[in-house]
Amino acid sequence: MRITCPHCGERDRREFYYRGAAVDLDRPAPDAGEKAWDSFVYLHDNPAGETRDLWYHEGGCGAWLVVTRNTVTHAVLKTELASQARS
Amino acid sequence: MRVAGKGLIDRDKPVPFTFDGRAYSGFEGDTLASALLANSVRLMGRSFKYHRPRGVLTAGSEEPNALVTLGDGGAQEPNIRATVQEIYPGLAARSQNRWPSLDLDLMAVNDLAAPFLGAGFYYKTFMWPRRFWEKLYEPVIRRAAGLGALSGAANTDRYEKAYAFCDLLVIGAGPAGLMAALVAGRAGADVILADEDARMGGRLLAETLAVDGQPGALWVDSALEELRALPNVRLMTRTTVTGAYDQGTFSALERVSHHIGQRPSGAVLETFWRIVAKRTVLAAGALERPIAFRNNDRPGIMMAGAVRAYLNRWGVAAGKRVAIFGNNDGIHRTARDLLQAGAHVAAVIDSRHDAPLSDDYKVYRGAQVCDTSGRKGLEAVTLRRASGMDRIQADCLAVTGGWNTSVHLTCHMNARPDWRRDIAGFVPAPDAVPGLRAAGACNGAFSTAACLREGVEAALAALGDLGIKPADAPIPAAEDDAYTLSPLWAVPGRGRAWLDFQNDVTVKDVKQAATENFRSVEHMKRYTTQGMATDQGKSSNVAALAVLADATGRAIPETGTTTFRPPYTPTAIAALGAGGEGMGFAPQRFTTSHQALTARNAPMVEAGLWYRPSYFPQPGETTWRQSCDREVRMVREAVGVCDVSTLGKIDIQGPDAGAFLDFVYTNMFSTLKPGCVRYGLMLREDGHVMDDGTTARLGEHHYLMTTTTAAAGEVMRHLDFVHQGLWPDLDLRFTSVTEHWAQFAVAGPKSRAILEAVLGQTLADENWPFMACGSVRIGDVEGRLFRISFSGEQAYEIAVPARFGASLFDALTKAAEAEGGGLYGMEALNVLRIEKGFITHAEIHGRVTAFDVGMWRMVSAKKDCIGKTMSQRPGLCDDSREQLVGVKPVGESRELLAGAHLYREEDQPVRQNDQGYLTSVCFSPTLGTMLGLGFLKNGRERHGEVVRMMDHLRGVETLCEVVDPVFFDPDGGRMRG
Repeated sequence: MRITCPHCGERDRREFYYRGAAVDLDRPAPDAGEKAWDSFVYLHDNPAGETRDLWYHEGGCGAWLVVTRNTVTHAVLKTELASQARS
Repeated sequence: MRVAGKGLIDRDKPVPFTFDGRAYSGFEGDTLASALLANSVRLMGRSFKYHRPRGVLTAGSEEPNALVTLGDGGAQEPNIRATVQEIYPGLAARSQNRWPSLDLDLMAVNDLAAPFLGAGFYYKTFMWPRRFWEKLYEPVIRRAAGLGALSGAANTDRYEKAYAFCDLLVIGAGPAGLMAALVAGRAGADVILADEDARMGGRLLAETLAVDGQPGALWVDSALEELRALPNVRLMTRTTVTGAYDQGTFSALERVSHHIGQRPSGAVLETFWRIVAKRTVLAAGALERPIAFRNNDRPGIMMAGAVRAYLNRWGVAAGKRVAIFGNNDGIHRTARDLLQAGAHVAAVIDSRHDAPLSDDYKVYRGAQVCDTSGRKGLEAVTLRRASGMDRIQADCLAVTGGWNTSVHLTCHMNARPDWRRDIAGFVPAPDAVPGLRAAGACNGAFSTAACLREGVEAALAALGDLGIKPADAPIPAAEDDAYTLSPLWAVPGRGRAWLDFQNDVTVKDVKQAATENFRSVEHMKRYTTQGMATDQGKSSNVAALAVLADATGRAIPETGTTTFRPPYTPTAIAALGAGGEGMGFAPQRFTTSHQALTARNAPMVEAGLWYRPSYFPQPGETTWRQSCDREVRMVREAVGVCDVSTLGKIDIQGPDAGAFLDFVYTNMFSTLKPGCVRYGLMLREDGHVMDDGTTARLGEHHYLMTTTTAAAGEVMRHLDFVHQGLWPDLDLRFTSVTEHWAQFAVAGPKSRAILEAVLGQTLADENWPFMACGSVRIGDVEGRLFRISFSGEQAYEIAVPARFGASLFDALTKAAEAEGGGLYGMEALNVLRIEKGFITHAEIHGRVTAFDVGMWRMVSAKKDCIGKTMSQRPGLCDDSREQLVGVKPVGESRELLAGAHLYREEDQPVRQNDQGYLTSVCFSPTLGTMLGLGFLKNGRERHGEVVRMMDHLRGVETLCEVVDPVFFDPDGGRMRG
């Protein structure tokens, strides 16, 4: 698998560390309530199809990326810097 | 035997070799199979299950029968295909799966028992008693059935891995692949042309076809000459592309020196490649398929295309009297080639009723071979015609049932191939692998002209995708004969007719599977083991599928195919893991003091990727405990020096650095005064402790964080995530400086004295109080000094740029030794911190909270931080949780063990009564007893209680008293000085 880092270009996935769903970017306010926090920390979707994941270019520039990809076809549809991709 | 005037071998260069100890001679350019055939050796192996005599079936990497073992000891390699192995002077090949010899194999008794050994035999027979399977049945079966074996010794050969990138990867160098490479190469694209054969050209080397008005092999030579002259084209022979992966990544195995006899020491045997291609042309060709008929597995029965290959490429006639049987025009091409070379064609048996006749040889139209005879080599074939049976003397039978397209790679990413009725074969589904186009025979185009044309078209399309302007791409003239066949998979009749030669699967086995309701092709495969041998059913899968379709009354497309998985041909684990054996398994990180430590014979222990000293044995010390106890006393009574450079160091700078640290740590850092150090606790977002360490404020906007050795990478990742992902507006930068600074702990009552000696300055307490930090000069070098302690003694850590690490370590060691101190290792460090109740990752193991380790007061109420919200959930901070405690033995047994569990003294020590567990233990020379740290339910309220420690695994039971986790100097007077 190849991921295109916005800083470094297309690289082998061995250079990247995988974290999980990009919902980790949407941290609730401290007083958002149990439900919001439970869903933020634990209840992530695992879809067959398009996902937005967080990948860390650990063997490269150290950028956190949001990678949009399809878990069925393995197609990588889009990569962007996490610092610019907050939804 | 050799045929004069034929072949691409070098007859001026004879090559002596042995097979099963007997000496033979071949020529340069021979494979082991062609050289053995040239020496009239037909018997090359024994079959997997029935130990039937077997000869070579094919002339390529799909070979199921002619497998041999090469090499001895650690270099012994089994299951080498004689059809792929090139001969070299001194090559010594051995046959496999026979005892005592290939000619007299007593295990052939299995063949007589064949009626009992059909599909499902093992499953039905070896059911009971159950315990017999492991001890008796499996070893016996494994000995009787099998292929070659490894020696059991460690592999002595060297393997390598390598990476390559290109615009266009062309897989296969037959007519289609060569044309694709030529077109793309001429246009200036970066091209890799990979072919599994030692010599490029594909079927053009094996046939007598003309291209562009010249013999095919000569056209190949001129094409290769042009390609070699192009600097943008890389030709990779002996390189099998074994798998297709995401985003244009392909794996390939290069057999670098299997063909070299005297390999220089250190020579690489195989290289495992990862090739990343923007576009790919698959020109993998096709593999000829056999027809199943009774006793179709005798030595001398071969594929018709292989008979032509041995004749045209290697100048070898596969027999003196050759019979030919098939369902397509390939049989007539075979007859013509043999006659032209002067061989005797005994009969041509064409299953088609409208087969063409010939004046040159006898054609049996609408006939089928229904049996053969000859125990260790073919002697005669029996054929069935409308008018009756005929028996024909022959020592070779060339068979063709048509061609199976090599669609394997197109299916590695989950696509299924499409069935094409006209060729009775599969073709790749469009876009089966993104960026890959199939061309030539693997795409169902069988004439030479069609292959050349498709190669050009595929390359032009790829160039179009890449935006590269094509050069002129004329298509050479070649034969364009139609490929017509009438499907014939299995000749009806009694007896055993082989489908899968390598796993001994017959038509009867597949039918039996269907009868027993294993109708799915995947079930049939597993029940019969069809296609599960090392050749992965390359010759047999399609025919087996056709037989299953027939037996279940379905069409072939409806029956489906099994899943094609990488690798295309067997790949040694040694190649996949090249470089990863022994110390190559993981990188090694050494501190600047490494040489000094090993010079003192310190046994080194791994800490992540780092190597740290365990202890420093002195003369007269015979156990590690003696050294460790001495080092602990030395630190408590004088001074000790320890390299602590392995702790993670993260340099953080910027106006918002304080706010950032407040957010990642539970406690406050924005309020820390410059020149001071503070201990910090870091949580994960789920409220559990992630890591701890000290952070120093070196300046107004400048902090230096330390992490534990083990979690340095994890913390760096975490900080990057928090900054970039959660709070990118913060104005700060940080980077890891772990490698840039060498840092040494100097601990003990005399630490101040020796540091003053080394630094040449005073370190009065009013300037350097506990938890102070600042710069110091060591000669001309600017360093940093931190007054922090992980031992409970008055202690400092001194840091210098790494290039000065070794010399500072040496100076500190000498100064300490002059004061009755010295070096201490990890064992002593661990004892010192347990005596003080300091936690490490043994305690903060991922399931504990700040509450559990007694640090809930460190979670600041004044601000939010990572993990704060979740850490306040009721379940994470109530008294029923296991809390950090110390334990000391009080009963007869004085032994404590980490990992042991704690129970109430009056309870049965069983799981239901579990109260907690120990995480760290040591013998404390300071207190003269073993000490333990651990977690106990509501432990902070239970100091003074006696609990039972029970280690069921090691059978140790100890009564201990629950105490405060700080065993030594609880008010910290020694540390503050």
